[in-house]
Amino acid sequence: MSDISLGSSVAGVPEAAPRQPPALTTGPAAWMRANLFSSWLNTAVTLVMAYFILRWALSFIDWAFINAIWSVPNNQTQACRALKGSDHPGACWAVITEKHRFILFGTYPYEQHWRPALVCVLFTALFVVSAMRRFWRWELAIVWAVTLTVIGVLMWGGVLGLEFVPQERWGGLPITLILATFGLAFAFPLAIMVALGRRSSMPAIRVLCIAYVEIIRGVPLISLLFMASVMFPLFLPEGINIDKLLRAQVAVILFAGAYLAEVVRGGLQALPKGQYEAADALGLSYWHKTGFIILPQALRLVIPPLVNTFIGFFKDTSLVLIIGIFDLLTAGKTAIVEPAWQGFGVEVYIAISLIYFIYCFAMSRYSQNLEAELNRHRVR
Amino acid sequence: MSQSATDPRQFRAPPKKPLRLSWADERVRAIFWQVLIVGIVIAVVWWLVRNTQHNLEVRRIATGFGFLNREAGLPIGEALIEYTPASTYLRALMVGVLNTLKVAVIGIILATILGTLVGIARLSKNWLLAKVAAVYVEVIRDIPLLLQLLFWYTLLQGLPGPRQALNPVTGVFLSNRGLKLPFLDWEAGHSWGLLAFAVGCCGLYLFAKAMRRRQMQDGQPRAIWPAALGFLIGLPLVAWWLGGAPVGIEWPALRGFNFQGGMSVSPEYFALLVGLTTYTAGFIAEIVRAGILAVAQGQWEAAQALGLRPGVVLRQIVLPQALRVIVPPMTSQFLNLTKNSSLAVAIGYQDIVSIANTTLNQTGQAIEGIAIIMLVYLTISLSISLFMNWYNSRIALVER
Repeated sequence: MSDISLGSSVAGVPEAAPRQPPALTTGPAAWMRANLFSSWLNTAVTLVMAYFILRWALSFIDWAFINAIWSVPNNQTQACRALKGSDHPGACWAVITEKHRFILFGTYPYEQHWRPALVCVLFTALFVVSAMRRFWRWELAIVWAVTLTVIGVLMWGGVLGLEFVPQERWGGLPITLILATFGLAFAFPLAIMVALGRRSSMPAIRVLCIAYVEIIRGVPLISLLFMASVMFPLFLPEGINIDKLLRAQVAVILFAGAYLAEVVRGGLQALPKGQYEAADALGLSYWHKTGFIILPQALRLVIPPLVNTFIGFFKDTSLVLIIGIFDLLTAGKTAIVEPAWQGFGVEVYIAISLIYFIYCFAMSRYSQNLEAELNRHRVR
Repeated sequence: MSQSATDPRQFRAPPKKPLRLSWADERVRAIFWQVLIVGIVIAVVWWLVRNTQHNLEVRRIATGFGFLNREAGLPIGEALIEYTPASTYLRALMVGVLNTLKVAVIGIILATILGTLVGIARLSKNWLLAKVAAVYVEVIRDIPLLLQLLFWYTLLQGLPGPRQALNPVTGVFLSNRGLKLPFLDWEAGHSWGLLAFAVGCCGLYLFAKAMRRRQMQDGQPRAIWPAALGFLIGLPLVAWWLGGAPVGIEWPALRGFNFQGGMSVSPEYFALLVGLTTYTAGFIAEIVRAGILAVAQGQWEAAQALGLRPGVVLRQIVLPQALRVIVPPMTSQFLNLTKNSSLAVAIGYQDIVSIANTTLNQTGQAIEGIAIIMLVYLTISLSISLFMNWYNSRIALVER
């Protein structure tokens, strides 16, 4: 047996001809063959798509960069208008150069703009810190409380030598961030209570929670905002007047609460029944059971859908435009009302889209990564 | 007799404890909390109602729906039913509801088609196609819908006027006054054809059901396509021919400052439809993709191993399983699209929200106006959910 080795040829069997290494299985050419030109149909699709993408990309680069005007002196927009009507149209980014402070901060006093700017940075920092898993502990709640207080002080002023700025003059990105963040901070506890109530064994509480969730989810956010802006003043006793921003904030909280409650309920339902029974068997009270056993596990299960709801909700704050609250989108829309800048809406909307996109894209990427991380133990 | 029926443990109910009036009794506590919370809710509602009544008295606003029969006097650009500013508020609100339904129904159909295509494209083996679909989904989902609607509307308004209208295909004009398309010169024959098509659909459904029943009995598959051809094309053609076979087509033509004739799509409707469709399609694409990925690879392989053709595998094996995953989230997307159509108010399309809003501004009937908006949307939402739940229960997995 030992005389058979790999090198020796067996008698009678002809030596195989030396073979070429398999061609085109690695490298860019092979990749293209597999992914772009694997069949006639695929080749046709690739070519047609490549043609259109190139054409659109080239004309977009022409419009957005090569032919664009970046600044004009003293609101003189004739050059922009001439460019718009010409055969080689270009973007008029001058509208952004000129109006970016207004779009970002609205009618906040010009020389105080560092304050809303700092607020935006603080908000963003708060989001980033909350997103990191190493900071997920109860101290985070203190960080939130402190940051939100600092933000309030910065926006209002009136103390520490800061000039007082009334709420009517706030505007732009800080309003969007305030509506979204405060909305979340208050809607989340509400949502947890409603979700628990919907699974409660007490029929009256269950019915109340179901009615709340289903009615809010059945109507558009606009109708709630309208309610906040026209009906809310009727609800309150005479003489008490609540600020418009606060009313919109309440509508946003009620709206978000119903949607988040459904997500939380999903987590409560996904938890194995044994967890509930084990907690009961240990003789824990309802609140001990919920606080120490159920919620920590249930919320962890629903973090990715929660982040997705946050994204939807961040985008939905733009609806306050319809009741005339000065958020980022309203500021952008107002910036082009001035006659000199009328007709440059596309540029402004693209710029605002970019801001929303950055925030939402970051959140959605984060949610995807988190989902992968949390599901790691399930992947074989 | 089965084992479980004779098992005494199945019959014995837990011992009933008498209700003790003590805090230690769980049932007493439950009743206490429920009474307390319901009491608080009732008190708050009562307080709000009393405030509202007082405020209404102070402002001399009469409540009630009597204003619905007054003359509206508000102009409406596009209406599916006959409407003049002299019509009543009720009529104006009906026009609004129909306009909402018009954009929601067409939007749902278009978004489903576009979303399914994009979702499948994202799974394509063609790298370029998959990447383009992925970028589309990411970009469209991360920008607020309202911003997209304003963007589309601004883009449409930036188009040249009717005299320099874009004319991509003969008879189709795109200008800042909207889209103009050639349309059939509508006559009785067309209505008959349409009616026959509807009858044909019902007939085909019944026929297919009967054929399936017979296949269940003897196992012989029966071809349905000849009957489908007859029901869906033959029957309407015959009706159309009997109705006089009208063939006239009305072409839009420039007269004065605007186009006359043909089918007209207003820029507001067009912007709203494009915005809603592209936005919702981004979400539907992800649902479709998840649904297809949820069908195990083994299902494809097993079906192929049985010698089924690829089309049959998709229709009979994969799709029914994917639909179970797709339908529930799709329902909420349809509901979202319908609710999002209320953003029409921002770009001036006169849907129910826009008209009810104008009504409440003109009459001061804030509570009634908002109640009408909410009622309309709750009704539409409930109808869609009922229909989709019925459909979902039909395709759901039949388990033991």
